[in-house]
Amino acid sequence: MSSIAVNGGLQRTASFYQSVVGKKVVMAATGFILSGFVLGHMIGNLQVFQGPEKLNHYAELLQSLGGALWAIRFVLLASVVLHIIAAFQLWLLKNSARPQAYVKKASIATSYAARTMIWSGPIVLAFLIYHILHFTTGQALGSQFVKGDVYHNVIVGFRHVGVSVFYIVANILLAIHLYHGVWSMFQSVGVNHPKYTPMLKTLAKIYGWVVGVGNVSIPLAVLTGVIGASVK
Amino acid sequence: MKIILNIWRQKDVKSAGKMVRYEVPTVNEHMSFLEMIDVLNEDLTRKGEDPVAFEHDCREGICGCCGFMINGIPHGPERGTTVCQLHMRHFQDGDELWLEPFRAKAFPVLKDLMVDRSAFDRIIAAGGYVSVNTGSAPDGNALPIMKQCAEMAMDAAACIGCGACVASCPNASASLFVSAKISHLALLPQGQAERDRRAMRMVVKMTEEGFGYCTNTGECEAVCPKGVKIENIARMHRDYIKSAFTYREESTAGGAG
Repeated sequence: MSSIAVNGGLQRTASFYQSVVGKKVVMAATGFILSGFVLGHMIGNLQVFQGPEKLNHYAELLQSLGGALWAIRFVLLASVVLHIIAAFQLWLLKNSARPQAYVKKASIATSYAARTMIWSGPIVLAFLIYHILHFTTGQALGSQFVKGDVYHNVIVGFRHVGVSVFYIVANILLAIHLYHGVWSMFQSVGVNHPKYTPMLKTLAKIYGWVVGVGNVSIPLAVLTGVIGASVK
Repeated sequence: MKIILNIWRQKDVKSAGKMVRYEVPTVNEHMSFLEMIDVLNEDLTRKGEDPVAFEHDCREGICGCCGFMINGIPHGPERGTTVCQLHMRHFQDGDELWLEPFRAKAFPVLKDLMVDRSAFDRIIAAGGYVSVNTGSAPDGNALPIMKQCAEMAMDAAACIGCGACVASCPNASASLFVSAKISHLALLPQGQAERDRRAMRMVVKMTEEGFGYCTNTGECEAVCPKGVKIENIARMHRDYIKSAFTYREESTAGGAG
């Protein structure tokens, strides 16, 4: 039974992670952090509807956090990396656990969201990278990027129909990802109760809808001209 | 009534298998699904062909031997039923069905619809027991147990180890089985002494045997012939997390002796 001879610190963490349950716990914990972030990020960004001063002031406030901002970024980045590594390892495991596929397989309980986690995840990642290049570092926006004028960047960025469509699709997928993930992370760390689990499932649905609708509303509002008339 | 069957035929573990089409023209609606295959097998034997191998024992839905996929669902379309208790009245004359073995790396196909589920036995051996000194029977009510706990333990203990959960899982995870075996002991006072190491060892063994992981799809609890709930999987995760902090290897040093 050498494989379960757990002694101290690092080895113990490693053996915790080696099992299928350990990896799922990491998925859940990092998912918890990231889903909290997307809600906060969405709420903050909705200030775009209150005009340039409000949104740019909010951006300044975030920048003024300095060291704390970098600490938050580090936690988020670490969560993203761990979430992806665990997901990738689990995906490999899934493929090896059933080498020969069924000729016919029905699925009677799996939701669309649960079935497509492995697809919505990488697409949201691709979106995340583009999003950072687009509005944080500015390369994707090129010469139109004005450092510090977030409002301007958002309006100009979303006036490209293709870019906006990509944002909308990616955020719908993010919402679907949350629809399964937000209740699933509780189950993975061992929270399941006949009274609370149905509530958590409802919460996950609301969570997905709120984040999805909130995020999608911004490119839609720019495309339809509801906001941004002041920006040329 | 007539039933058309497409059955996975595979000679042995090493051979590749394929679907073969059979017609059973004389099916009685009162037959169980296995009795229908018995009829087919008698016919095949008479023709000098190899009968279809499938596992069965009690044919009462309590032993956990039988089970294969019918149209992609373990134990077929009826809920809370093993394939031996599935009756042909649930099908229509002329129905075409696809029968396949449970598929998972940890469940190698021995022949046709029969798989080797001894990986389950090895998981149980890794920790799914309580160590007790047997003696005379203990006093009936000497151990206080909350009624709800006794009932939840009993619900988990209803697991017959058929493997339908693994078969239905998109990830071929054995979580429902393992968690049922952890839970039916973890919910009772007798199971407390070895609770930490039971969760640790059984989860590690489950991983070593090559089963997948749980993505909380609920597919397993939908097909479980005994209605075992994924609430048990949450308990397994809980016990595993706790044991990560509290588990200790057995040691001869220290202690009170």
